[in-house]
Amino acid sequence: MIIDGSEASLKKFLSDLPPVDQVGAEARAAMLSTRSIKTSSKAWAIDMAISMVDLTTLEGADTPGKVKALCAKAVRPDPTDLTVPSVGAICVYNDMVKIARNELDAIGGRDIPVAAVATAFPSGRANRAVKELDTQDAINAGANEIDMVIDRGAFLSGRLGEVFEEIKIIKGLCGDKAHLKVILETGELVTYDNVRKASYLAMLAGADFIKTSTGKVAPAATAPVVLVMLEAVRDYYALTGTKIGVKPAGGIRTTKDAIKQLVLVNETAGPDWLNPSLFRIGASALLNDLLMQRMKLRTGHYASANYVTID
Amino acid sequence: MSRLDVNKTYKLFIGGAFPRSESGRVYEIKGANKKFIANPSLASRKDLRDAVVAAKSAQPGWANATAFNRGQILYRIAEIMEGRSEQFVDEICALEGVTAKAAKLQVEEAIDTWVWYSGWCDKLSSITGSVNQVSGPFYNFTTPESLGVVAIFAESKPSLLGVVRTLAPVLAGGNTTVLVASENFPLPAITLSEVLATSDLPSGVVNILTGKSAELAPWVGSHMEIDGVDVAGLSKKQEEELKLVGADNLKRIFRFNPENHPERILSFMEQKTVWHPIGI
Amino acid sequence: MSGFEYASAPESNAIANIANSYGLFINGKFVDPKKGKTFNTINPATEELLSKIGYADKLDIDLAVKSARLAFTKVWSKMPAKERGKYLYRIARIMQERAREFAVVETLDNGKPIRESRDTDIPLAAAHFFYHAGWADKLEYAGVGSKPKPVGVVGQIIPWNFPLLMLAWKIAPALAAGNTVVLKPAETTPLTALLFAQVCQQARLPEGVVNIVTGDGITGAALVNHPDINKVAFTGSTEVGKAIARSISATKKSATLELGGKAANLVFDDAAIDEAVEGIVNGIFFNQGHVCCAGSRLLLQENIADELLEKLKKRMSLIRVGDPMDKNTDLGAINSKEQLNRIHEISNTGDAEGAKRWSPECKLPSKGFWYPPTIFTGVSQSHRIAREEIFGPVLSVLTFRTPAEGIEKANNTMYGLSAGIWSDKGSKVLWAAKQLKAGVIWSNTFNKFDPASPFGGYKESGWGREGGRHGLAGYLTSEARVSK
Repeated sequence: MIIDGSEASLKKFLSDLPPVDQVGAEARAAMLSTRSIKTSSKAWAIDMAISMVDLTTLEGADTPGKVKALCAKAVRPDPTDLTVPSVGAICVYNDMVKIARNELDAIGGRDIPVAAVATAFPSGRANRAVKELDTQDAINAGANEIDMVIDRGAFLSGRLGEVFEEIKIIKGLCGDKAHLKVILETGELVTYDNVRKASYLAMLAGADFIKTSTGKVAPAATAPVVLVMLEAVRDYYALTGTKIGVKPAGGIRTTKDAIKQLVLVNETAGPDWLNPSLFRIGASALLNDLLMQRMKLRTGHYASANYVTID
Repeated sequence: MSRLDVNKTYKLFIGGAFPRSESGRVYEIKGANKKFIANPSLASRKDLRDAVVAAKSAQPGWANATAFNRGQILYRIAEIMEGRSEQFVDEICALEGVTAKAAKLQVEEAIDTWVWYSGWCDKLSSITGSVNQVSGPFYNFTTPESLGVVAIFAESKPSLLGVVRTLAPVLAGGNTTVLVASENFPLPAITLSEVLATSDLPSGVVNILTGKSAELAPWVGSHMEIDGVDVAGLSKKQEEELKLVGADNLKRIFRFNPENHPERILSFMEQKTVWHPIGI
Repeated sequence: MSGFEYASAPESNAIANIANSYGLFINGKFVDPKKGKTFNTINPATEELLSKIGYADKLDIDLAVKSARLAFTKVWSKMPAKERGKYLYRIARIMQERAREFAVVETLDNGKPIRESRDTDIPLAAAHFFYHAGWADKLEYAGVGSKPKPVGVVGQIIPWNFPLLMLAWKIAPALAAGNTVVLKPAETTPLTALLFAQVCQQARLPEGVVNIVTGDGITGAALVNHPDINKVAFTGSTEVGKAIARSISATKKSATLELGGKAANLVFDDAAIDEAVEGIVNGIFFNQGHVCCAGSRLLLQENIADELLEKLKKRMSLIRVGDPMDKNTDLGAINSKEQLNRIHEISNTGDAEGAKRWSPECKLPSKGFWYPPTIFTGVSQSHRIAREEIFGPVLSVLTFRTPAEGIEKANNTMYGLSAGIWSDKGSKVLWAAKQLKAGVIWSNTFNKFDPASPFGGYKESGWGREGGRHGLAGYLTSEARVSK
């Protein structure tokens, strides 16, 4: 038994975890970013990255029209090339879930999940009851995935038991209807030691995925942060036999960025994690860059933005 | 009849004690007036061996004492010497045949040399250490550290000053030593050891042998526990032979100008560079 | 889907432009050796011939030293210091301009991965020249006396493991301090030194200030023993270092020696484990372990040994061994057949003496000289693989129970070049740094170099330091010391 359910046991486990040396972790991430991924491996990586994209719109100005256009893009990222895989998921606010689900079902995207952000995303500042209602609402609307945020205030002030409880409760609401991603908001946790601790806390509480950020705070999914989270899922698997997924979100705009993420996965958690059931990339602009790079590989010329659809 | 002097027996100084040579040998020292003065011990290679053992075991304690502490001890040596000036003056006059005035100047300079090196003990890393501006998130500093056991072949003349000016810098750097006094002018070195024995200097930090450098130099050169050598009292040929043998453990072997200089301390020190990341 | 296979990503060698043959660089020109003798240099990854190199013997050495002496007396020692500095700045900038070319040639001649020559060797070499250029007219502030003087003509001998970088470590401070040099590159890696000679020409460095004499150990001995050099600067094995110390014992020559090591890399139980694993891998597999300061003895605190070894083995399975010109290669070729034989010889004693060998599975190319990354566990202090420098990608793993025991084992060697400390506890790191008898201490990092950081060893790892203010002292006459 890793922890006995008490806050004391949880705190002891987390404080016994080995520390992360910032300079060393950043050096490892930087070295992995020098991997040169070309030709056939680049083509493989691009298609894999596309299939891992959680195509996202989380704007105050979101409308049904915007969401429907996103769904079309998700199903058929490149209307001129039907060999392009469809994306990993659509990610929206929970009052858009029904619209997204219905649209996807109507246009042949039945097997593209809809992820809803929940628990007073992005700040997480609301009381427990509101967060539960928020989540239930999304599930009722047909969300297949819930991206919740942890209470960073509670974490930083040492109320780890509260953070743990909250995740457990939300996971309970998800049941077998939705998988749960737990957003750590690493930019607010600041240190890699905190990222490691929060990762384990979320996994112990029942997360199916640990996610870096809301995308509303910088820095978001930096390479060293993702490295530390991949180490956590790797070591958690060795400890428990359970594989937890990782989702970086925010700041991943180019194909180069995406491929660097895949290299990180490959050389940290390992090849088992290189599929959409264990690795997703939260992004919006990234998809078009992936498509343009894909075109270049196919045609040999540099592509233009005119040849990809904006949505 | 005028009172008979009680003449001193000059023995070796090893591990804080005054043993005779294990070989039982002595040799004759005559003064400048060709009159007999004393029979100091003729040190053997086994005495050298014992002296090195003493120096080696005293070294970690001496090096790990604070620099302030070392400085205080070197200053105390000066204090005790000051009180014994006349004894040294008489000895130098008899040995070297110089005037009392010249001898007194030599003794005063020797005392002042202790004072000068005493002041260096806690300033070495200020003048030679550095924090190095490396291209990366690292704190990087270089700091001097003692070398270990240093053997000294003291100059012949000036018979007291020649000893002090080789000895003080070696001690200031946190090293311990085996000093081979000049064959023909050894007596002030032994009298000095009496000062050292009463100056709070831990035993074994300084060990003094009297005898023939020709006999002892090869053994110093080949001894693997000796890390450095000051060859002031050796001839050029002896120095070359010692360097040849000393290459076996890469001894740091030097000859210095007969004057005071912090480089005499630093030559018998190592420079250690440490890197540490700066991060959260 | 079989997984993420990295397709081959070769750096183009078109930029290399290696000539069919090279002469000696003496007095500002490339000249044939007087006896016309040559030797070959090959690519250790493919065993292909790269070029025919001039072989310098006593007559050529004599000519080179004469040129260096003349240049010193007539030109270099008379030149205002700031102008001297500007030559070094020029050299640094040209090296940066030709960086890619240097990196490719270095990898072809040495066998090290292109990523390492590109990202480590070449940038550091240029940085050494840039750093020392700035010292040239500031020597009176270097703490070596108020009127520091150069020693004169310096004979320099460098090893094959970091050819251009070792050249920079030797030539930059020597020239900055006002000396002229005759440098002999290693027998198996002469090419980047010869390219450097071209850079000297491009920088219009006065003739004779730098002379490059290619050859073998006999050439080196002739240089060391030449009567008209004032100082020897050598990096190489401890055995040869001692021979040089003997050679100069009856002369007035001074020497700095950068010799071997058997560094302990201590991992305490409060270390940042994942970064420590990276540090261990970097410590022994960087540059194929051909590093004098390699962390070749892993000292693990016993209570974390099993966990850490598990992680280390998994990490080692990610090491990509192969074509050094591939940008994704982590471990390149062993520099020569001789070195490969030496690695085999000493490593085999590990098996014979009862230690347990482990390597990840790797496909080694059929041509060239290769050795897989290897660890031996169950090693004790008395094993040859714990005492002797292997100079290859072989790590000996030992354990310790308490910090004091760790230090004792770490210091129990006649070497004293470097050591590593892995602990997240600041006071422990500083305590260990104080206890370890080594000239370079890396805490929570390893194999870090910088022109501002003095490098050199205690005990039989050598004499003197290179880099920083302390390294300059070796190239200036001492105020206090005498060389009668």
